[in-house]
Amino acid sequence: MDPARFFAASRLVIVAGKGGVGKTVVSAAMARAASRAGLSALVIEVEGKSGLPTMYGQGALEYDDAVLHPGGGPTGEGEVRARTITPDEALLDYLRDHGLSRISKRLVSSGALDVVATAAPGIKDILILGKVKQLERSGVADLLILDAPAAGHAITFLQAARALLDTVRVGPINAQAREVLEMLTDHERCRVVLVTLPEETPVNELVDTAFSLEDRVGIGLAPVVVNGLYEAVEGLATDPTDAASAAGTTLRTGEPEELAAAARFRSDRMALQDEQLARLADALPLEQLRLPFVFTTEIGPDELEALADRFLAEVERLPEVV
Amino acid sequence: MASLRELVEQRRILVCCGSGGVGKTTTAAVLALEAARAGRRAVVVTIDPAKRLADALGLEGLTGTPSKIEGDWPGELWALMLDTKSTFDDLVVENASSPEQGQRILANRFYRNISGALSGTQEYMAMEKLYELNQRSDFDLVVVDTPPTRNALDFIDAPRRLTRFLDHRLFRMITSPGRGVMKAVNVAAQTFLRTVAKVVGAEVIDDAVAFFQAFEGMEQGFRERADAVFHLLSDDDTAFVLVASPRRDTIEEATYFAERLAEADISVRALIVNRMHPRFGDGLAEATRERAATLAGTDLGGLYRNLADFQLVASREDEHLAGLADAVAPAPVVRVPFLSTDVHDLDGLTELATHILPA
Repeated sequence: MDPARFFAASRLVIVAGKGGVGKTVVSAAMARAASRAGLSALVIEVEGKSGLPTMYGQGALEYDDAVLHPGGGPTGEGEVRARTITPDEALLDYLRDHGLSRISKRLVSSGALDVVATAAPGIKDILILGKVKQLERSGVADLLILDAPAAGHAITFLQAARALLDTVRVGPINAQAREVLEMLTDHERCRVVLVTLPEETPVNELVDTAFSLEDRVGIGLAPVVVNGLYEAVEGLATDPTDAASAAGTTLRTGEPEELAAAARFRSDRMALQDEQLARLADALPLEQLRLPFVFTTEIGPDELEALADRFLAEVERLPEVV
Repeated sequence: MASLRELVEQRRILVCCGSGGVGKTTTAAVLALEAARAGRRAVVVTIDPAKRLADALGLEGLTGTPSKIEGDWPGELWALMLDTKSTFDDLVVENASSPEQGQRILANRFYRNISGALSGTQEYMAMEKLYELNQRSDFDLVVVDTPPTRNALDFIDAPRRLTRFLDHRLFRMITSPGRGVMKAVNVAAQTFLRTVAKVVGAEVIDDAVAFFQAFEGMEQGFRERADAVFHLLSDDDTAFVLVASPRRDTIEEATYFAERLAEADISVRALIVNRMHPRFGDGLAEATRERAATLAGTDLGGLYRNLADFQLVASREDEHLAGLADAVAPAPVVRVPFLSTDVHDLDGLTELATHILPA
């Protein structure tokens, strides 16, 4: 599939998954991939500090809206930006937009937001999603990527709109929830990308989350991302001593054992991950985008470029209609 | 400094903390299992176990009461899945001045939202459960798994935060009888609330006000309990075990965690790092990578490339870990290798135990 078409399928993409599966890395790589395909991208974070700026080679930023990667260049790349949205800020914005700036400071400083949020659960989520909806409508970027809270919470987060409609039956918050729900369930405006690792528990949780989101929220699911895959390397099945003679060289003492043990470890892990990929494909009729394990253990600009390359290649591998 | 085994055999409370996805729940289960093997009566409180582990531990649903796991060990192993709501209900009933007050609160819609929506409630209830189990004489050791909180102080501080919430200034104004100056403030508060009601609906505010009115008089009991829980956590019988994985971002979070604990005068007594990649030989990744490059296209080149990958990841993991090990020193650091399968039954826990607590 043409990446430009893939990324243009909906203005908002929500990246969700269990803690530790690499949601932020996937969000960063997807943004860079979209930028390569000529789209401007805005990554939205809702949980405060993350490694996102480091991945783009920048120091930790206190940002409202920061440029992570400039657009332009000979290939017409899109710009990549990032911003955070916190419930408190979203509330202040909301009150300002509704002509209530007079009470807004007091509402936040008195801690009354906590009381209100408890009275109407999901209100913080709606404030954040309402802000996201505003950005989606305003066309600040071609693609908005929302790095969602960890799963479990992701379902609650995305269900907030529906739940809140029952609690708050009238007024502006009700209207807000209605509009957010409209956006979430419109597959041409919003899709969810679920991220997992090729391991049993994360795969199970992804499958459960996928069905919950479809059934309970009515949200559209994009292909899933399987992150952290060991990639095939040639010669793993060959005995190191034989491989050395074939290459016309010899090995140091102890080297055959090291090479063989490392080869066995990778082969074993790859067999396990193949099982999980197959299990995921059986349980969930969604295309898979597969991203490699990064052996440097940290993502800087070089690793990010490599992941974006791979992301694009994986998108191109997709059938025209997904 | 005590070894991890000594902690398991001697302390009364072990708190497993760390960010999400690092294997806290499984680690907590292993520590309780090993205590039972050492002849102790141990109970593990889990927050959100993966389904198969929950099944293995006999946790079919939320019951709020420990269930016993039978097995071939001299001590006892019990497990319990935290039920935030019923724990909170018990606390309310216990602190109410009359059964009617308790019932009035339990029936209030605002109260029913607290357990699900108020941030910090789950952390608070985990600590409350820990306190309650520790008070009972039928357990020698309570191991508690903690919610995946970004900030370590969230759960240490949770009881006090909730007390502050229940003691909310705004609602004290509404619920206190208006006298003199307070009356004026009261009117201001009412006006403010009316404006808030315009935004979220009057129903929502009415529920909240009714809750705070029903709750009146109970703050003291809650505050005393919060203080007792806080003291228990800083007690010598309690040990904090930090669980991490060797990725740079989780190590950073764990370091931040350790620092915040230190600010509260709480030391990490042991660091457990799960999912460490194995190290094959002591060669350097760069040299191996070069050798792979000169042999590119041959099987031997592939074998070297693979070895270089693992040498690189092992050395990077060691680097990430060094700073954290310093931050928690002199606490022992336990490195747990990547296992070839997921842990979801007692056999898996037993295998994991051989790495976490080698004989």
